Amino acid sequence: MISKIEKTFKKLKKEGRKAFIPYIMAGDPSLDKTKEVVLLLEECGADIVELGVPFSDPLADGPTIQRSSERALKNGVTLRKAISHVKDIRQMSQIPIVLMTYFNPVFKYGVENFIKNAKIAGVDGVIIPDLPPDEAEDFIKLSREAALDTIFLLAPTSTEDRIKKIIKVSKGFIYYVSITGITGTTLLLDGSMEVLISKIKRYTDKPVAVGFGVSTPEEASAVARVSDGVIVGSAIVKKLYESPDELKRYILSLREAIK
Amino acid sequence: MPALKELEKAFFHSKKDRDFQGKLEHLQKTYIGRPTPLYFASRLTEHLGGAKIYLKREDLAHTGAHKINNAVGQVLVAENIGKKRVIAETGAGQHGVATATAAALAGLECEIYMGSEDMKRQALNVFRMRLLGAKVTEVATGSRTLKDAINEALRDWTTNVRSTHYVLGTVFGPHPFPLMVRDFQSVIGRETKRQIIDAEGGLPDYLIACVGGGSNAMGLFYEFLNENIKMIGVEAGGRGIETGEHAARFAGGSIGVFQGCMSYLLQDDDGNVLGTHSVSAGLDYASIGPEHPYLRDTGRVRYTYATDDEALSAFELLSRTEGIIPALESAHALAEVVKLAPGLSKDEVIVINLSGRGDKDVQHVARIKGIDL
Repeated sequence: MISKIEKTFKKLKKEGRKAFIPYIMAGDPSLDKTKEVVLLLEECGADIVELGVPFSDPLADGPTIQRSSERALKNGVTLRKAISHVKDIRQMSQIPIVLMTYFNPVFKYGVENFIKNAKIAGVDGVIIPDLPPDEAEDFIKLSREAALDTIFLLAPTSTEDRIKKIIKVSKGFIYYVSITGITGTTLLLDGSMEVLISKIKRYTDKPVAVGFGVSTPEEASAVARVSDGVIVGSAIVKKLYESPDELKRYILSLREAIK
Repeated sequence: MPALKELEKAFFHSKKDRDFQGKLEHLQKTYIGRPTPLYFASRLTEHLGGAKIYLKREDLAHTGAHKINNAVGQVLVAENIGKKRVIAETGAGQHGVATATAAALAGLECEIYMGSEDMKRQALNVFRMRLLGAKVTEVATGSRTLKDAINEALRDWTTNVRSTHYVLGTVFGPHPFPLMVRDFQSVIGRETKRQIIDAEGGLPDYLIACVGGGSNAMGLFYEFLNENIKMIGVEAGGRGIETGEHAARFAGGSIGVFQGCMSYLLQDDDGNVLGTHSVSAGLDYASIGPEHPYLRDTGRVRYTYATDDEALSAFELLSRTEGIIPALESAHALAEVVKLAPGLSKDEVIVINLSGRGDKDVQHVARIKGIDL
């Protein structure tokens, strides 16, 4: 069965457009504000929203999202609360939502329960950056049964075998990490990304969205040209924290740039 | 993942490589100062009035702790796979000093991540690392201790993986680290076996070691796992289990997945990692090397804990009775001996891994005692 995320990419492809996927942290500065921002993102033309779940040890994240995670934890936000928050958002918006969470909260919650409850709440896909597919057999199988998309990451260092494996287990889209490193690092636009994405595309027609390090509209535009979608995280989180009044204009400029 | 596969391949290759093994043995002998002595602590034995107590003197290894065994081994592996830079995390500073030392020995660039809380507790070791040419980077996120330093080192590694090897300091993290670190530390047990047979004509009755990540314990225990010997691992009981301020993963934790491996973890109901406390920075860690839960659940090794106060009093006891100032980490193992030895007979034999020397802790202990140095 075709998922909501897949439908979104299909429609965009038909229209010759690229997906804009903003990331925000659930509960920073508050869950109420998070809901407000999701609605704003939808209004500004975002195609999919990536919702971060705070964790005590966010290994894949740079300083901006680390601090955002610390603030959300201080507000008492947990995986459980993030899931019920999606349920809440679903009263007002049907934009596809991807949860990004680290594995230990899922493990503690119980993988099966997590998948069941996330699906019921209206989550469309899940990204777990510290769960390699080699260790994810149950997670993938149960997610398939529940029709929840599993999005895995590829990096510039991924080998041919790795690329094939990630393609096989990813559903919804493939998350290409533009740099070796953590979120919010400076992007390098030297043409190597194009080469690597075309390498991925040789093996699959699944959509490839690029994240980590995209912050300016110019970068977003450049990345959109070589991929199916652009994920912007740290820069939005930073804007929301430091100058929330400018958020809308910034989101619109990103949307404008991603064609 | 490709980096872990590359490392696994290089490590298994090095195990069969005669040149590598020859070089490692030569450095162990001429640089680290192995074999380290096995010392019969006669005054401590007499004082406790029970079993005979032997100390495996890892504190006499170069840089003052067992950490150098692993650091030198991993730096040789890093050289073999062409890495020009090594990074490491450090808690007490011993592993950071060991890695900085091994990097200086091999002429590699070196950066050490250390929690700001630990940098305060272990200012002396910070200076030592800098003297050795390493860059010491403060980690001011999370609980500002060892686990956060590991997070930051892992972040660096994923960023600079092409040029850099991560010298993980204990039997933790993703494969092949637990296996590789155990392998480089198991020289402790192999030497101990020969030495105790020379001294006592047979094997000991008890082996005791402190357990933070668990590398000095694995290093001592591994050679003896198939022998009929009782083994005890001692965790940090901090201010007591009931206070929640401790690092006793078996007494207060549950199974979790953290920093690349599944093991016991101090965590809350939502799977967030809890803050830990121990007077000893090297034991102040929320999880434990994954082989320890295996040894515990199969009943092979018994795990217990010692509180800050018990460790501090063992620290002073060994200093006075034997003229050996132990690391606060090792003092946790000693604290268990203080409880155990008096109840044993005089012909039973205990070997403790005295994993490090206490010079680095002297200032910290003075501060706790309210003495201005």
